[in-house]
Amino acid sequence: MLRSLQIEPEKCTGCLQCEMACSYQAEGVFNPSKSRIKIFAFHHEGRFVPYTCTQCTEAWCMHACPVEAIVINQVTGAKEVVEDICVGCKVCTIACPFGTVNYNQDTAVVQKCDLCGGDPECAKACPTQAITYVASEQGGINRMRAHAAENLPQDNA
Amino acid sequence: MKHVIIGAGPSGVIAAETLRKLDSTSSVIMVGDESEEPYSRMALPYYLTNKIEESGTYLRKDADHYSDKKIDVIRDRVSKIDTKAKSLKLDNHSAIDYDKLLIATGSHPVSPPIDGMELPGIHSCWTLEDGRNIIKRAKPGANVVLMGAGFIGCIILEALALRKVNLTVIEMDDRMVPRMMDQNAGNLIRGWCQNKGVNVLTSTRVDAIEKANGGALKVRLNNGDALDADLVISATGVAANIQFLAGSGLKTDFGVLVNDRLQSNMPDIYAAGDVCQGKDFSTGQYTVQAIQPTAADHGRIAAMNMTGKNMLHQGCVNMNVLDTMGLISSSYGLWMGVDGGESVKRCDNDRYRYLSLQFEDDILIGAQSLGLTQHVGVLHGLIRTKLKLGKWKDNLLKDPTRIMEAYLGTTQAIGHNAGII
Amino acid sequence: MAWTRNVLRVNLTSGSITHESLNMQWANDYLGQRGLATKYLSEEIDPKCDALSPENKMIMTTGPLTGTMASTAGRYSVVTKSPLTGAIACSNSGGYIGNEMKNAGWDMVIFEGKSPHPVYLYIENDKAELLSAEKLWGKSAWATDELLHSIHQDPLLRVAVVGRAAEKGCLFSAIVNDLHRAAGRSGVGTVMASKNLKAVAIRGTLGVGSISDPAKFFKATEDGKKILAENAVTGEGLPALGTQVLMNIINEVGALPTRNHQEVQFEGASEISGEAMLEIRKGDGKANLTTNGACFGCTIACQRISTVDKNHFSVKDKPEYHGNSGGLEFENAWSLGTDCGIDDLDAITFANFLCNEDAVDPISLGATIAAAMELFEEGVITVEDTGGMELRFGSAEALIWATEVTVKGEGFGLELGKGSKRLCEKYARPEISMTVKGQEFPAYDPRGIQGMGLAYATSNRGACHLRGYTVASEIMGIPEKTDPLVTDGKPALVKAFQDATAVVDSAGICVFTTFAWSLEDIAPQIDAACEGDWNAERCLEVGERIWNMERDFNLAAGLTGKDDTLPKRLLKDVAKSGPATGKANDLHKMLPEYYELRGWSPEGVPTDATRSRLGL
Repeated sequence: MLRSLQIEPEKCTGCLQCEMACSYQAEGVFNPSKSRIKIFAFHHEGRFVPYTCTQCTEAWCMHACPVEAIVINQVTGAKEVVEDICVGCKVCTIACPFGTVNYNQDTAVVQKCDLCGGDPECAKACPTQAITYVASEQGGINRMRAHAAENLPQDNA
Repeated sequence: MKHVIIGAGPSGVIAAETLRKLDSTSSVIMVGDESEEPYSRMALPYYLTNKIEESGTYLRKDADHYSDKKIDVIRDRVSKIDTKAKSLKLDNHSAIDYDKLLIATGSHPVSPPIDGMELPGIHSCWTLEDGRNIIKRAKPGANVVLMGAGFIGCIILEALALRKVNLTVIEMDDRMVPRMMDQNAGNLIRGWCQNKGVNVLTSTRVDAIEKANGGALKVRLNNGDALDADLVISATGVAANIQFLAGSGLKTDFGVLVNDRLQSNMPDIYAAGDVCQGKDFSTGQYTVQAIQPTAADHGRIAAMNMTGKNMLHQGCVNMNVLDTMGLISSSYGLWMGVDGGESVKRCDNDRYRYLSLQFEDDILIGAQSLGLTQHVGVLHGLIRTKLKLGKWKDNLLKDPTRIMEAYLGTTQAIGHNAGII
Repeated sequence: MAWTRNVLRVNLTSGSITHESLNMQWANDYLGQRGLATKYLSEEIDPKCDALSPENKMIMTTGPLTGTMASTAGRYSVVTKSPLTGAIACSNSGGYIGNEMKNAGWDMVIFEGKSPHPVYLYIENDKAELLSAEKLWGKSAWATDELLHSIHQDPLLRVAVVGRAAEKGCLFSAIVNDLHRAAGRSGVGTVMASKNLKAVAIRGTLGVGSISDPAKFFKATEDGKKILAENAVTGEGLPALGTQVLMNIINEVGALPTRNHQEVQFEGASEISGEAMLEIRKGDGKANLTTNGACFGCTIACQRISTVDKNHFSVKDKPEYHGNSGGLEFENAWSLGTDCGIDDLDAITFANFLCNEDAVDPISLGATIAAAMELFEEGVITVEDTGGMELRFGSAEALIWATEVTVKGEGFGLELGKGSKRLCEKYARPEISMTVKGQEFPAYDPRGIQGMGLAYATSNRGACHLRGYTVASEIMGIPEKTDPLVTDGKPALVKAFQDATAVVDSAGICVFTTFAWSLEDIAPQIDAACEGDWNAERCLEVGERIWNMERDFNLAAGLTGKDDTLPKRLLKDVAKSGPATGKANDLHKMLPEYYELRGWSPEGVPTDATRSRLGL
């Protein structure tokens, strides 16, 4: 059964434990700037919104990749960057309409959420359960995807 | 059903795969005129820098990818289409019949009308073969002249600089990447390159190229100067590969003319990628975009229509991302803005940062960025979704860097943290 | 490891910026942040120097845990000589900038001299440059923050900045970071502005690594987080009500200083309490509190994010204040509210916004306004001084007026900006000033909480609750309950709290963790992150060493044991209501024993034996 990250912004306090956990898992250091999940602060509204790749079925990034460096993990359903193959052309970073694929100038390849191979560190690190890893059918992610894709043309299914 | 695709670039390959996915029984044939495995031109610059092997440019890595998917790959050139007989003629004189045909023949570099262009030592940077030839001549210390500072010129610029050549870039227009970025951004890119030791001459033309001593070349400029060159790379533009369609009855302009289903004037023939004059999302006009994401979109949508799915193509956002010796730039949609629209710009020349957003009403229609690598795709997303930004447009006019906040604030219904209290 | 081992030195006089290695011997002896930076300051400046002269230095500093996944590990401190007290100043702040400094690769940034023109420091990893702040000078902290984000086109730039008050010489100016967090006390912002340094803007993308034993570290920090989550204070009280959980409690125990410490209970306390912040307002149908928030890495999340009712007189015609902003801490609700006799939650919240907007310490501001109100009620200050404003206890209009003129440094606000001590001296009523060593009291009356009297009197940075928070023991029973009305055992309690806090402040974590964590919980986290063995015993010794070093700084600056005292009002005038009725603070019963426990002479000077024991 596929699982997804469920994000409930109303529970987020903006502590960035998720960003630290993510970056440590991926880079071996605590480095929020390299985190695949990001917390966006809305000062005026008094809210914090975690956001990362929804592993969308359209996978704009994957389709746009010219060298097959973004592949589907058959177990988790995540679209993963194969760093050895990525040439760093960045086309996926502009193709992803959600802004969740980023180029890392230090490594010269792109980075995105890979669900940590099925055991996402961000969800484990979140002290308020604003990020949880749940069965895909269980609400949240579909709602988020629906929001994300609401206005996108359907010709890319 | 027999699907035939002419062209083995990204559009062709994605179309073939999509056809196979949607229709497991029909035959899918892909004809490509280059001898290598289908590869990506986007990866060529990284081949030039030795970041990847030749195989790293291949569109698909598994050697059996096409056979596993029962996609027949034929390495030959299509010389003619007989649209009445629904048949292709190949250079080797054999013929292939089709039920549905996709033209995805891409484009070719255009050689400028300059005396001496036929001399040895002058190359395009378009094919793997070109890449091999460039690698041979671009030795450390070699004098290299790059004609054209458009998108293609700029992506190979770093590759050449890394090979430690003495590099001069000649651009006819008044700035670098003139079709992708405005004066301000183009000038910043030029300044960046010059700081890194590349000689950039804008508003300059090459008048002629002549033979010099010892197999070298002399590049004569319209300003009277002459440059010594061991290698001249021509990157002055590309044109769609439509020559072979002459007399076929297919309507062409800059590319193959298609409708909003990527279907040509012949109902069983479709076009995709660089050769296709498809719909531009921003203008609604039909143009040749010649960019990778559009090639991928076209390939997929054309294939769906070929299998009988009625997929409307809403148009592709014209966009580019460029890494010019470490300075990353991107542009989207109507980056030059529209009459009656509003815009906001932030410029930090000292740090080579630039961000410009263009709005029509409260909808983002275009953008340019320099030095931005995080969440850039959302600029594409905002343009593509025509999201009505409401108050977030005002926020963006105040601080255009908050693009993700604008996107999230507009699309995500977020309650307050009542649960914890 | 855990330290980056890099120090950035910025000479503002010459404009030169140099890199140097962290003194690891000192790091072993003083850990980081408060302790380590104080060591640097002690070695580098003459403690007698004028705090606002170029001879003073200002150090922004992180701890070894800052920027790691240990809970609350986003702290940074500003260490300098205080212009308010003449003593050592160390102000600690959360938010995100501490982590950013660490991620840029710096344990510490040392500012020296004075720039000839307004400048700000821009740090992007190993690149640091001084840039002109001519266009930022004269702007509020918030406006400057916004401008810097715009100039550098980076939403994730973290900014620490001074406001207009500091530029105008307000002696209790803070340094605000991330809009709502502040290195608040002792006038560290005044020092920054005196150097013509408007802001420090940092972007760090290098990462914090070099954890000595990662497996042990994750185990220790996860254990720590679990303890915080399961603790009633850090797991429930603070997230739900913030520090404002204390307003009603402290009022009930008769230790809530009211109307400039004339009383110890406030009839309006419940109106401005944490609970009141949750109640739906009549005006706009919303509660004062929108949500809670966290500083970097914090799993407690005690921050208040609040709005003012947009129909309230204070913001009615000011839509720019209608959104969410940093809400009330207990100390601020007390100083701006209780101490001024004001029970108008919206007015206090707005005054607090203004303090953030222009980087002013709300504790000192509220307490100074309270003193001014008492002087006004007595007829010493008149409407002629204020330009017409009736500065009366209970007047929300007066509070907002006084706050506005002070944060902007206008008119009578310039007088208020000198602080309670100087204000009362000017009007020849020094006994009305509720200060120790020139710094205003926070929200606990030492008549109702005896141990806090000793903690205030001996605090190295003047009256302060965060140098030895015996409230935890005397009121909340942490780690064990002691009777707030007796003095027995308090000297040892105060010393233990002071030493433990000193090491917590030096580690990069928040002192609020100590509601749930003892040094036995903290030491393993430091130990796993840093090289060497860091057990609780060593931590406590480092804390004691830091305390004595700070004491030595103050003695060298000219302070003496005579400064370890409280205002006469707290020593002579007894509490008139509540459990402490009839009691004053019995400091004299505690101080000699405290000196003895510290290994200090009867005059309050560390003995040679003590200094040598601690390696000073």
